[in-house]
Amino acid sequence: MLELQYPYDADYILRKKKSIKKSLLAREGVNYVNKKIAVLGGSTTSNIVLMLELFLLDNGIKAEFYESEYNKFWEDAVFGNPELDEFAPDLVIFHTTSRNITRWPTVKDPADAVNAMAEAEFNRFRQAWEAVSGKFHCTVIQNNFEQPFYRLMGNSDVSDIHGRLNYINRLNQMFYEYAQTHETFYIHDANYQASVYGIKRWADLADWYRYKYAMAVSAIPDFAFSLSHIIKAVYGKNKKALTMDLDNTLWGGIVGDDGPENIKIGQEDAVSELYSEFQEYLKAHKDLGILLTVNSKNDEENAIAGLSRPDSVLKPDDFLVIKANWDTKDRNLVATAKEINIGVDSLVFVDDNPAERAIVRGSVDGSTVPEVGAPETYIDVIDSNGFFEVTGISEEDLKRNEMYKANLERQHVQDSFADYGEYLTSLEMHAEILPFSPMYMARIAELTNKSNQFNLTTKRCSLADIEKIAADPSFITLYGKLTDKFGDNGVVSVAFGHIDGKIADIDLWLMSCRVLKRDMECAMMDEFVRLAVERGITTVIGHYYPTAKNKMVKDFFADRGFKLVEEDGEGNRLYELDISGGYENTNRYIKVN
Amino acid sequence: MTRDEIYVKLNEVFQDVFDDEDISVNDSTTADDIEDWDSLEHINLIVAVERAFGIKFSMGETTSMKNVGAMVDIIAERAG
Repeated sequence: MLELQYPYDADYILRKKKSIKKSLLAREGVNYVNKKIAVLGGSTTSNIVLMLELFLLDNGIKAEFYESEYNKFWEDAVFGNPELDEFAPDLVIFHTTSRNITRWPTVKDPADAVNAMAEAEFNRFRQAWEAVSGKFHCTVIQNNFEQPFYRLMGNSDVSDIHGRLNYINRLNQMFYEYAQTHETFYIHDANYQASVYGIKRWADLADWYRYKYAMAVSAIPDFAFSLSHIIKAVYGKNKKALTMDLDNTLWGGIVGDDGPENIKIGQEDAVSELYSEFQEYLKAHKDLGILLTVNSKNDEENAIAGLSRPDSVLKPDDFLVIKANWDTKDRNLVATAKEINIGVDSLVFVDDNPAERAIVRGSVDGSTVPEVGAPETYIDVIDSNGFFEVTGISEEDLKRNEMYKANLERQHVQDSFADYGEYLTSLEMHAEILPFSPMYMARIAELTNKSNQFNLTTKRCSLADIEKIAADPSFITLYGKLTDKFGDNGVVSVAFGHIDGKIADIDLWLMSCRVLKRDMECAMMDEFVRLAVERGITTVIGHYYPTAKNKMVKDFFADRGFKLVEEDGEGNRLYELDISGGYENTNRYIKVN
Repeated sequence: MTRDEIYVKLNEVFQDVFDDEDISVNDSTTADDIEDWDSLEHINLIVAVERAFGIKFSMGETTSMKNVGAMVDIIAERAG
């Protein structure tokens, strides 16, 4: 929703929150992920929760909230609370601020006393984090401490160990080190938000003493927006690609009219330098696994000529797909998504022309088209929207661009084979299909949150859930990684089921659509059944729960030889496969393990 | 700004904050007259009124305003 995209009007959101919520809930065809979020606060949290709820709904996350009593974050976490136990959060947010620091150094304290104080303060927080993550296996988000609005020691406050600012920086550093070694623990950079807003306006004493809000009420939308970025990233709702217009977006001027030699890019003048920095910014996204594509009204020849200038930072090769033609941009956007096989809601379309933006927004459901403004605000608008919030960089991310490129090459090769089997043989596929292993757990969790189409039960799992299942001997777990002569597809399929006597009941079965029709599902099933037989299982049970997006797998179990046992009025199906009398492998083209 | 002009704008703020187009307030309206007007919404209302009129209530005023009339007195005094 445009009203909830940066640059938004924070006061408007605060004032209209009820009607905004209504219109978010009135949208049709949104595939929500449901999550339970506990907000354990060291100050008032009500408006923070209300704002967070809006931003999460906008990202397809329907959250149910628990709020601790005022400033009971530590007690709730460490001593527990029956209401919180029953709530069983998927995610716990520690909403604490510098107001919650209990011990501050004074100028009389010797250095070792200050060290001990910082250590004790840190341990108090760590105890709270570890209590909730131990009990709920949940994701934890912790605010860092914001800079204080006054400096007793003036400029020395930042460098002297007795200064509050120095002390806060030290505690923050201890928090960061903890985050670096704990995978499901994330720092919310409230300190940065406070700085952007203005530290002195942020620390509104009237709002603190009247309402016990640790920040100005008008700053709460900024705070909640930034917090929502981490949550939607954790639950797989990040965008995947930047689709760029060219003229006056990637460079100054119009390449078709001015000629490639006259467009503004490079270091010759202020405008060219500005566009060069923007191109650098975009190019850096490739390293994070973000795909770049072009969507421009141009002759393809001119577009390529513009990108081929020696001083252009971005080259034609940096783009996975280049749509430079005279078709409408909305149609090009949809075609781009289809070609690289991702949802059109995963693309961010950037165009300098407000009219083009409005057309695309109006005609492509679920499209994201930020109001980027003038060239000098392009970076700020894209960046502040947190479209690509990083919560950990997987090997998958680093290789994503190559993988999609290999996929496009595969498509070209496929066209040259008359027989599909021959094509599959030519791919020389190898699969690694093994029980969940620590190296891939982040990717496995990511897939359970991202996959919609080839997903039988659409069960969403956090990293903590996956770790728990992997450690539980009553589960059969499998991940499938597929490599072929064009490259490594990475982990593309995940399945697990729980064992109950002689029965293995499949709780989750999914596959990435980028390896459709490659026999990968056959290889996975062969391996699942092999492990089941090894453990004395005689029956495998499968479920299909229909959603708006997973129709393509409604007959998946039937195709694998399962018998339909029952189907209820909503189309939920229960299947059974008897393997007591043996099982014939079905994979023909993939070499496994 | 006349009191009438203030009320036109103020009613819009109330309607937005409580998401109810039928709300109309007057000098004697209090929190008891509007169902959703609790302490949480009071905060949002104050912030929205401050923004709409470009004024700031003092801490003392926020807690001591007895009814909407008292709020309008302050707005009339401060808004240009």
